[in-house]
Amino acid sequence: MKLRNLSALAATTALCAPMAMAADMANEMTLVSWGGAYQASQVKAYVEPYLAMHPEVTVIWDESSAEATAKMRAMSEAGNITWDLVDVVASDSMRLCDEGLAMELDHDEVLAAAPDGTPASDDFGDLIVSDCFVPQIVYSTTFGYRTDMVGDTPPTSVCAIFDLDAYPGKRALQKRPIDNMEWALFCDGVAKDEIYDVLGTDEGVARALAKLDTIKDQVVWWTAGAETPQLLADGEVVMGSTFNGRLFSAIAEQNQPIGMLWDMQSFDLDGWVVPAGLPEDRLARVMDFLKFATDTQRLADQAKFISYGPARTSSAPLVGKHADLGIEMAPHMPTDPANATNVHIYDYEWWADNRDDLDAKFQAWLAQ
Amino acid sequence: MSDMTQTGPVLAADGTPLKRSLARALRMQKMRALALIAPLLLFVLLTFILPIADMLFRSVENSIVTDTLPRTTVAVQAYDADSGEAPSEAMFDALAYDLVVAAERKEHTRVGSRLNYENAGISSIFRKAGRSMDDMGEIYLDQFVDLDKAWKEPETFVALFADPDWAAEAGGDDESRFAYSDTAAEVLPGATDAYAAWARTIQDQDGDSPTKEKPWAPIYMALYKDLVQNPDAPAAFGGDTAALLSAAVTAIQAPEWQTMSTREAFAEIDKDWLDPEVWRTIKTYSGKYTNGYFLNAADFQKGPNGPELRPELERIYGTLFLRTMIMSMAITVSCIVLGYPVAWILANLPSRTANVLMILVLLPFWTSLLVRTSAWKVMLQQQGVINDVLVWLGIVADDARLVMINNQFGTIVAMTHILLPFMILPMYSVMQTINPSYLRAAKSLGATNWTAFWRVYFPQSVPGIGAGSILVFILAIGYYITPELVGGTKGVFISNRIAFHISQSLNWGLAAALGTILLVVVLLLYWAYDKIVGIDNVKLG
Repeated sequence: MKLRNLSALAATTALCAPMAMAADMANEMTLVSWGGAYQASQVKAYVEPYLAMHPEVTVIWDESSAEATAKMRAMSEAGNITWDLVDVVASDSMRLCDEGLAMELDHDEVLAAAPDGTPASDDFGDLIVSDCFVPQIVYSTTFGYRTDMVGDTPPTSVCAIFDLDAYPGKRALQKRPIDNMEWALFCDGVAKDEIYDVLGTDEGVARALAKLDTIKDQVVWWTAGAETPQLLADGEVVMGSTFNGRLFSAIAEQNQPIGMLWDMQSFDLDGWVVPAGLPEDRLARVMDFLKFATDTQRLADQAKFISYGPARTSSAPLVGKHADLGIEMAPHMPTDPANATNVHIYDYEWWADNRDDLDAKFQAWLAQ
Repeated sequence: MSDMTQTGPVLAADGTPLKRSLARALRMQKMRALALIAPLLLFVLLTFILPIADMLFRSVENSIVTDTLPRTTVAVQAYDADSGEAPSEAMFDALAYDLVVAAERKEHTRVGSRLNYENAGISSIFRKAGRSMDDMGEIYLDQFVDLDKAWKEPETFVALFADPDWAAEAGGDDESRFAYSDTAAEVLPGATDAYAAWARTIQDQDGDSPTKEKPWAPIYMALYKDLVQNPDAPAAFGGDTAALLSAAVTAIQAPEWQTMSTREAFAEIDKDWLDPEVWRTIKTYSGKYTNGYFLNAADFQKGPNGPELRPELERIYGTLFLRTMIMSMAITVSCIVLGYPVAWILANLPSRTANVLMILVLLPFWTSLLVRTSAWKVMLQQQGVINDVLVWLGIVADDARLVMINNQFGTIVAMTHILLPFMILPMYSVMQTINPSYLRAAKSLGATNWTAFWRVYFPQSVPGIGAGSILVFILAIGYYITPELVGGTKGVFISNRIAFHISQSLNWGLAAALGTILLVVVLLLYWAYDKIVGIDNVKLG
């Protein structure tokens, strides 16, 4: 009933009010994203189509997502919010929501329903990890390895990173505790569903760090996602973790001798947040864009340009071929059943609580 | 009259005392000079000194806890976390009243993040509690409304709590801020406080009027608790209000009246609310100012018996400060060693050639810092240019390639390269002023080349070395991009942690404390330099 009302309302608005609405919307929009191939996929999949529908709108890009939380706090303190829509990872969206810097949204009200009428909140499901967050893609942090440096036995388990006998050479790991601590405990024999219970104790942290200690001399720590593909291409490391899209482009677009190791890939999300306190005309424009940019077809379109899985359940069947290479994208998605046989589920709430504490311990361990 | 001119002060032409007239002329000059530099002074003050002062102030500022939890921070003062007893019901009541306001203003999670820096886990219990606050005290709301439908009406509460003068004017478009009546505050203190907090919050947040909105559940809880404390309260009111209150008092005293414990309600939200450590943290950080960030920045923590050193596995900042100092000095020394001969050659070449070579020195300035740093990666990595050449020459075995990057060596090499021009330029301009005839004179008097250089030339070039060293050293301790990219784990600086806390963990207080310490260390070193070498002995040309 509620749904029918909503769609009737939407239809009326679409028929009678476009002129009136356009007048109430700002014609300039500042979008914040990560730059690179990811931002390019956003431009192709929904920003260009939106601009084609609304030629009066101009979009300004700011490639500041990596420092978005700090910058949004600074803007809010200065009382001058210059951003309209910000692309952040899920954990940052929780932080921004906690700090009151991002706007809380009613997902069913502001987002389009799936083509079959499923409300947005069900279509996105558990991926709505915070009230402020509109998920776009599922990506994963996973491993790539040099196919020519592992002999006849390519690694099939994430624990290969701790196996210096079978796979000698350096490994690239991200310079943060998240994921690395979980992989270390998993390879130290902790059951997958007990990882966070163990990591919550001092002994568990010591255990994870002790496991990482066994390879500490052989690790190259990275901070930017582009580093691992480069290190792999140079032959500096035999295997390394990074975002699956980066590995896809090294393998499929640049033909590097790199193989994917999907075991225990760590799912993470990326999506939009709207800064709190936008003036009404800008907010109206952003909401209009947001509804368009996160509908089922647009999220499926994005997968043509980058190998990240669309966050809507209803988008998955619509994922097609790569726009330039013409290869099927579905097998390269982290969410593909063949790739997702053993997945590490990253616990946002747990990390939101323990990130500062564990980070201090991890950094102290690194510095020793 | 003539007597006066002889003993009095000397007068200027216009009859004012000369001393005053002179002082005025001087003051005019000073004012004019000040007016000339005023634009720069204002610019520096506004864009540099004020922001830095504001940032440094954050290292001690802690008002968010008292501002967001005013009742809780008062209630918790009497609590002793070491006593082993559970936090009292009164503390939970205070927390409930605070949180319901904070949740409406969306501030509860902020205070949660703040306290989470000190005690991991607090941020989620605040987040969870904020979500459940609407239901807190619902059981009382239902019973009051069952008792009399009037308890659902906004007017009942306005009549009960509001200042009559305020109530007379309320309800309009420009409603003034809610004021409570003194009678209510006296006989029903808790409920008046809760109601006033609610009324002001909805006025501020949504522009709503307390005369039109139904009060939220915790107010009924507060009212119940006040009526238990003070059953004579109805006597202080008149008319319908008194009748309503008397009926409520009777009902409350009846055995079938249901109550709930706020503590139980919080325990149901998350059992960690019963943890004395949570309350210890709130108590410890309930002041407007804190030294907590500074303690943290010095690897200390607030224990039950005052500051104590952190466990060895968690100490990091001391190591990093020391490392930053030592490596910055190493970089400064390598800049002197590499830069001195270059500056000497430049200063002694004909100016036409020197100018061409000068461009080579300045060239790195015109290249992006990131490009230069990445170039060093290509050079130094194990599959990089230098290692390849060494392996090709047979100096190093292929399976024992040198590790020259992602360690301290990499940081020192890359940063020496980047900072070298800052050393060469002041040295060059000082050396240019050294008269070459001094050296010739020394040699003609029988000095060897070395003696002539060491006794005559070098002492005159020291001011250039001093200026270059101060520049390079101070730039080096603040660097973070290069160490982040080529430093690995052992080659990162304290500034990397400051950047992390500014942009990733958002713990700006800690970042400010670290920055303050760094600033103080630099000033101390500067002072020491002044004492040992003398700051007037520094020349830029």
